[in-house]
Amino acid sequence: MNERRNSFLAAPYLIWSIGFIIIPLIYILYFAFTDASGTFTVGNVSAIISYVNIRALMLSILFSIASTFICLLLAYPLCLILTTVTSSSSAFLSLIFILPMWMNSLLRTFAWQNILERKGVINGILLFLNLPPLYIINKPPAILLGMVYDFLPFMVLPIYNSVSRIDKDLINAGRDLGADYFQILKGIIWPLSLPGVISGITMVFVPSLTTFVISDILGGGKILLIGNVIEQLFTQDSDWNAGAGLSAILMIFIVFSMIITAKYDREDIS
Amino acid sequence: MKSFFGKMYLTLVLIFLYAPIATLMILSFNQSKSRSRWGGFTLEWYTGLFENEEIMAAFRTTIILAFLSALIATVLGTAACTGMQFMKKRERSFIMGITNIPMLNADIVTGVSLMLLFIASRVSMGFSTVLLSHITFNIPYVILSVMPRYRELNRSTYEAALDLGAGPVYAFFRVVLPDLMSAVLSGFLMSFTMSLDDFIITHFTQGPGFDTLSTKIYSEVKKGINPEVYALSTIMFLTVLVLLFFVNYKPWGKQPKGQIKVMTKREVIVSSSGQGGRI
Repeated sequence: MNERRNSFLAAPYLIWSIGFIIIPLIYILYFAFTDASGTFTVGNVSAIISYVNIRALMLSILFSIASTFICLLLAYPLCLILTTVTSSSSAFLSLIFILPMWMNSLLRTFAWQNILERKGVINGILLFLNLPPLYIINKPPAILLGMVYDFLPFMVLPIYNSVSRIDKDLINAGRDLGADYFQILKGIIWPLSLPGVISGITMVFVPSLTTFVISDILGGGKILLIGNVIEQLFTQDSDWNAGAGLSAILMIFIVFSMIITAKYDREDIS
Repeated sequence: MKSFFGKMYLTLVLIFLYAPIATLMILSFNQSKSRSRWGGFTLEWYTGLFENEEIMAAFRTTIILAFLSALIATVLGTAACTGMQFMKKRERSFIMGITNIPMLNADIVTGVSLMLLFIASRVSMGFSTVLLSHITFNIPYVILSVMPRYRELNRSTYEAALDLGAGPVYAFFRVVLPDLMSAVLSGFLMSFTMSLDDFIITHFTQGPGFDTLSTKIYSEVKKGINPEVYALSTIMFLTVLVLLFFVNYKPWGKQPKGQIKVMTKREVIVSSSGQGGRI
């Protein structure tokens, strides 16, 4: 504690993080506000208002709102069930959610093509049950499904953490005072789980907003999200300034979600 | 009744989570190269896999990359946590703030920012740039795994060791590190997993002629994935299934906390910035 000089052990990481975290972010801003010859311009950033770009951004926002909402809808009851049904649920929970990660995430997303395609698994089952087939592959619902599939764990884990930390005595006290399950849910569990819900929301929103992989694999390349636009600018067009300009716009959303996370974090501690 | 619906809901979510994995496993035994037709059972993708130099090279690159980046990140991250113990609270929270950036940032922005750094410094991109990038996004996992353990640590054992004449280095390796070991290992495992599964950041920092399994799969998505990739993924998945089972009943598997951490990056931040654990 008193040996301040031992803090030099953190120096390599500090230098590393400045070199590979801070400076790269400054480079995004530098490239965003210069053209290929290095002179100042706002053209790269204002390019967001072009028809293609604004359409992609709006579409991304719609998709990420929808996927965040569906994830929340699926995850909340799941967390309530997990805290009641299983006794050693945290080990169980970690197991069922970690395991899929060890199958390459691109492959898992790709596998949905098989499940959803015209003659795929789902339509096989529907045909067997004499139900009308479902043609959603390469359409927006398939992308939405891919987002929910990929990011559901980001919603489940923070909510589960905050729900499982709720003092059981509070719930018992509520019950003793005559509250029914929904009153307990509304008056005790929901408010106390709010920090988890908020962090879950920001954790699903950001990757849904910025993905290009899911729309590429499940959208058949026909639906352009803002992530796809940026990816193409960097890897196909090699137009780094234009790509950095749009990335800078994305950073605004990310910073916003960081602020929200930090705010609720602090409230969580106090 | 309520628990009946609960179990049914849980089952449905599990089916949702595991349906793609089951699909891939079944495809790895499918004789027909077409994804949508079942052509009978075969093991040829499994036997062919080991002769497919391209896939094996990508696999080796992926494993070497994951191992090296996790190892270097673990050393740097653990050292940083140790150093931070001797800092003032303000300095410490400054560093933790920087640490949170890659965790909260979108992968595409992190990838693009590193790509611009390498372009601007005229470094030719390849294995080394991908390795640097992986180390960068892995260190926060180690720090966010080890920092909470330091908080629980009993300082007096270290001080007692010093009083008894041990040097700081000796005391660290003999007294402090054993107590940290489970958190350090869990940070290493988390880093290894993240590096293994990463696509986006690798995609932006790789050079021509460099492939990990992820980038190889991505380039094959359009023209059709070689079923040998399914076979390899099935083997990897089953290996981890066995290992996880094993680890869960071994010393550092005792705290399920460390295990959950392997999961989602963003949650690490939440709980550790609140000075708890991570996700």
